[in-house]
Amino acid sequence: MSLAEKDAEVLEGLSSQLAMRSLPRLGTLYSALIGAALTAVIVLLTPAAGIAGSVVIWYLMYMLVQTVWSFRVEGRRFAVNRLVTTVVWTTFLIALSALVWILISVTIRGLSAFSWDFLTGTMRNVSPLREGGGLLHALVGTLEQVGMAALIAVPISILVAIYLVEYGQGRLALFVTFFVDVMTGVPSIVAGLFIYTFWVLTFGFERSGFAASLALTILMIPVIVRSTEEMLKIVPNDLREASYALGVPKWKTIVRIVIPTAFGGIVTGVMLSIARVAGETAPLLLTTFLSQSMNPNLFTGAQASVPTFIWDQISSGTPASIDRAWAGALVLIVVVVFFYGLARLVARLTAPARQ
Amino acid sequence: MAKRIDIEDLDIYYGDFKAVEGVNLSIEPKSVTAFIGPSGCGKSTVLRSLNRMHEVIPGAYTEGKILLEGDDIYAPDVDPVNVRGTIGMVFQRPNPFPTMSIYDNVVAGLKLDRAKGKGKNLDDVVEKSLKGANLWEEVKDRLSRPGAGLSGGQQQRLCIARAIAVEPQVLLMDEPASALDPISTLAIEDLVHELKRNYTIVIVTHNMQQAARVSDTTAFFNLASIGQPGRLVESGPTETIFTSPVERATEDYISGRFG
Amino acid sequence: MSTDLKPLDAPTPRVQGSSVRLGDRIFSSLTRGAGIFVLVLMAAIGAFLVWKAIPAFQNNTGNFFTTQEWFPDANPPFFGIAALAFGTAVSSVIAMIIAVPIAIGTALFIAFFASRRASTSLGFVIDVLAAVPSIIYGLWGLQVLMNHMEGITRWLNDYLGFIPIFNNEIGIYTKSIFIASVVLAIMILPTISALSREVFLQVPRDHREASLALGATRWEMIRMAVLPFGRPGVISATMLGLGRALGETIAVALILSAAFEINWHITEPGGNTFAANIALKWNEAGPIGLSALVASGLILFIITLVVNMIARAIIAKHKEFSGANS
Repeated sequence: MSLAEKDAEVLEGLSSQLAMRSLPRLGTLYSALIGAALTAVIVLLTPAAGIAGSVVIWYLMYMLVQTVWSFRVEGRRFAVNRLVTTVVWTTFLIALSALVWILISVTIRGLSAFSWDFLTGTMRNVSPLREGGGLLHALVGTLEQVGMAALIAVPISILVAIYLVEYGQGRLALFVTFFVDVMTGVPSIVAGLFIYTFWVLTFGFERSGFAASLALTILMIPVIVRSTEEMLKIVPNDLREASYALGVPKWKTIVRIVIPTAFGGIVTGVMLSIARVAGETAPLLLTTFLSQSMNPNLFTGAQASVPTFIWDQISSGTPASIDRAWAGALVLIVVVVFFYGLARLVARLTAPARQ
Repeated sequence: MAKRIDIEDLDIYYGDFKAVEGVNLSIEPKSVTAFIGPSGCGKSTVLRSLNRMHEVIPGAYTEGKILLEGDDIYAPDVDPVNVRGTIGMVFQRPNPFPTMSIYDNVVAGLKLDRAKGKGKNLDDVVEKSLKGANLWEEVKDRLSRPGAGLSGGQQQRLCIARAIAVEPQVLLMDEPASALDPISTLAIEDLVHELKRNYTIVIVTHNMQQAARVSDTTAFFNLASIGQPGRLVESGPTETIFTSPVERATEDYISGRFG
Repeated sequence: MSTDLKPLDAPTPRVQGSSVRLGDRIFSSLTRGAGIFVLVLMAAIGAFLVWKAIPAFQNNTGNFFTTQEWFPDANPPFFGIAALAFGTAVSSVIAMIIAVPIAIGTALFIAFFASRRASTSLGFVIDVLAAVPSIIYGLWGLQVLMNHMEGITRWLNDYLGFIPIFNNEIGIYTKSIFIASVVLAIMILPTISALSREVFLQVPRDHREASLALGATRWEMIRMAVLPFGRPGVISATMLGLGRALGETIAVALILSAAFEINWHITEPGGNTFAANIALKWNEAGPIGLSALVASGLILFIITLVVNMIARAIIAKHKEFSGANS
């Protein structure tokens, strides 16, 4: 064959040397269909698979067909690219479907048991077997417990962050930052266990909403310290320089200039930690007595909270209780998502103009 | 090696916005063509359209033809990946892969396309490419060191070595020396002179003196006014453009009245 | 980023106004005090827990590390953390095996394969899901997932039963370590994915474009420019997910039917982890029992600490190679 004939043969249908053959636009669809045919054959021959199994086989066949077809037509590199694209899409769809499944479960089951009474009532005098009841007492409890924890944790954490960023030099700062790191690793159940053995057993205080707040404080401090540190570090040095040049003392510079500049970010960090801590169950189990009725007193008596309410309802196990658990879960998700979304909104609104 | 490029009636869009309009230009093989013009006039955009890099930005597309030795690189059955394997690019900021050694950086392009690397001794390719980029003597004893550990000028020459290792037909350079100090800049310019013996080179530069030193042909781009698409105002032999340009705008730009 | 440099210190004031100095001294003492407080608090927590755990070690007639049974309040006390360690390790490892590839794939998808608009909303959804409390995962796992798991676990037993971990001799497929692991996997998935995605998006555009300009396909670009650059960050994200799985209490406590034995047939009911054990046993624990729980909690704490330290070390070591300077 002459060179010209060879070129012609290669170029048949292609616009130039640069062009290449590729799979038709609906190549994916065709692969899926061929894969389905192969799957049908396999399934008929081996009765092993149920529906789920057949889907898995179909998926594998589809990948096989597409990859081999692409390899023949487009070449190794593009075949690999297609294969990876398929795998990545798959992982995404798996993750998405699992998470969507959860959200839908909570929404549907939670809504079916939800009512205005649920939001405004308590479990006082409601037997676990009966329908009805509500979680107002739990909402109040969570609000107070998390609120108190924030009240204690936020000022301390911000001061520690200021120390680490603006003042810390030398060994003390190294120790402090190391121990903050250690604190981030405290499992929530251990924090609860510590408060139980320390505050309740050793010091004799009663189990109360306040004890829960203390446990939550341990969990909140390292998170707020770290996020506040980041925000303070982002404040450009030029601002501090300008303030010093005007003769403003260091502490005023920090309080009047640095913190207000970083304020949006600090608030975001605080709200994120609140969102995280509002859903904690384990430490609350060990530090509070669950109450069925309203107790607005944080310091004495049993006090419910939303996560322990859900736990308690699940433990009861009756159909009515499980319904209430789902409704409680719905409320909890709404609260957490709300705080989270609010935090992101604050972050976006107060972010300094990006360069 | 070294092919010609013919640009015919090229319009470049970013979504609805027309960035460049009606470019007609021929780029001769084994020559250096410089794109000059004020900022925002579209010269980088046109350069990037020559190897379909503008498509990295979602929504970008072109109308018109760009022919590489007669082959339309925008034909429907041409994948940008293949275009970029034939038309190489060097960027404004040196960007060697930081996790790779100098050696691995040079052969990075070859390792992608086994067909290109088939039968080749990689060591020879590395030596040849680094020599072609005037970098061999300086790094031959430390080829296994990270690529990011070199000075700016060396990094840029490494990027050039990486680009020529795959033996492209055309080499595009987007302000390759603007991030470098004057001495490195001269080194790059000398390199361009040598490279044009084997490659077709298109270089975007905002430095007119550089264009005058380095190029055989110069193309001047400009905006009609703010918000309008960029246009090719005039192109021709460098000496002509710089001494007796035809268009008034060209003359104004050359003599520094604007830009 | 100059995150290692301290912000400027104030120049010593020329005019030594006493009120200025006083203000500075009070404030700096205040912040230093807060720092010391946190330090003391953490040290106290550690010391107190160790002190509380000592009776467990003193009175144990079994081997703390190898005994599987848990009878700390018996006479004499006989208990060990072997079953707990086994359950914790197995559930976490399986959770990671399931979650990490899916999380990385999802992160790659959102960063490089989805359209611009889709990726911002999807990213937000994943971020929010990382904040969903674990009790909700536990509730869902118990009430929804468990009913659907029988099919697959039965299949594993029927066809892969020659591999010990898939073998199920009891015929009951609920409340097993396997189901708990799957729920853990779904729980840590958003965390690992969100952090990995941030890492991927931080790969400098220059490097991505450099590989594309060489003629790389999308996967080749990811392999050449993104993954090497992002590897330390992704590993760190994985470690953080692991930390969360290790310390997870509620979801596991709800799903497992607690049993103190090392059972490699993970699709059979039973099993226990450090965290779940504390949550289930603390109420009825006597003094030695409580001490034993504290001891197990300390072990868990140390493990989590080590995992976090490794994650931090990886980040720190690779900072020079990340190319973040360029």
